[in-house]
Amino acid sequence: MSVAILHQGDYLIASIQSDLTDSQVLRLRDELAERVGRHRARGIIIDVGAMDVVDSFVARSLRSIAVTAKLRGADTVVVGIQPDVAIAMVQFELNLDPLRAALDIDEALAELNQLATRSSGDER
Amino acid sequence: MNTQALTGARLQGPEVDSELLHQLVEYLRQNRTELREEWARRITDAQLLSVMTPEEIFSEVTAVYDNYVDALETGSVETLQAYARDLSERIIPRGVETHEVLGIVLLLRDVLARSLFVNYLHDPDLLNGILDAYEPAANRIAVTVGVSFVEERERVIREQQDAIRELSTPVLQVRERLLILPIIGMLDSARARQLTEQLLGAIQSNRAKVVVIDITGVATVDVTVANHLVQTVEAARLMGASAIITGLSSKIAQTLVDLGVDLGMMRTVGDLQGGLEEAERVLGYRPDGTNGTAPEDT
Repeated sequence: MSVAILHQGDYLIASIQSDLTDSQVLRLRDELAERVGRHRARGIIIDVGAMDVVDSFVARSLRSIAVTAKLRGADTVVVGIQPDVAIAMVQFELNLDPLRAALDIDEALAELNQLATRSSGDER
Repeated sequence: MNTQALTGARLQGPEVDSELLHQLVEYLRQNRTELREEWARRITDAQLLSVMTPEEIFSEVTAVYDNYVDALETGSVETLQAYARDLSERIIPRGVETHEVLGIVLLLRDVLARSLFVNYLHDPDLLNGILDAYEPAANRIAVTVGVSFVEERERVIREQQDAIRELSTPVLQVRERLLILPIIGMLDSARARQLTEQLLGAIQSNRAKVVVIDITGVATVDVTVANHLVQTVEAARLMGASAIITGLSSKIAQTLVDLGVDLGMMRTVGDLQGGLEEAERVLGYRPDGTNGTAPEDT
């Protein structure tokens, strides 16, 4: 599989190494949903920087990963979307709101940490 | 009209007597000086080419006259066409209008026709023959010059449009991680796309976190433009930058409400100043310029 999923602290980092086939995307979704529970992860970072093409299936799958992970208690941040890919993705007219995005992994970690701080603040 | 077709075509039909044509050209050569002067005088009287001095007009008149007679003689408008292009290139930047160019060409036609008329008045048959040879050729020449001028003008307009398109979408960095994109003029699909690409490229290379898109300079906003804006904002978000739209005039805001465009998910601030303050707040700068803690939610 051309996706490496790393476990780091409270977070899972999925690094996509090349363009994915539809079945690989589905496997990634299932794998992430399963590992969120196993590692009790609070956040998922998906690096799509190596992807030159994101079709509507992949975009919808990324969205469903985010929604699924949210139901399992983790926020999803996609990083490294290329400009061309971003333009293509907004033209699918999908509601990508559940999907958070950041420029790179550093940014994504900062954003997830912030989210964690805020939600723990709420609990108090 | 296609000038290529004009160039290829002979000026006269086969029925025109080449002897008559020769006689016509001879006549125009012999009376070159006075016809030229008459033409230049008529141009000045009609107040055409007012941006040029009488000396300039006279020298252009001479060149056009000679080219005109050559074109009559050889039946080929290529030289004249090249000259007309060159002339247009020189006079367009000085503000010469299309009607002036057409006017002077038609004046020349009138001046020559009247002079022919006076000269051959004693022999109506010969006059008829000469005019048969002269009229179609003169009309073709007039069309050639007019079309060359308009084509040159269109070429200039196209170049300027390209230049405007490139100049009018600067993406500027104001602070670390803060970009502004002032949009001025019309937004059509092609430009919106180019603008989005430029913005996303800049977000990537400057590692921007906030982008202020100022549309004070956009005169009208319709559904298409609004959708472009929504897409640009969404694309910027996917690159990890949040966008703030500023400069929505009250008229545009009302239009958007009337159109039922949902800009609810977009962050809007009244003017550019407010937008920059908001952006700095998001980035965690305090109003006094120091870098505070606790950046706002995005």
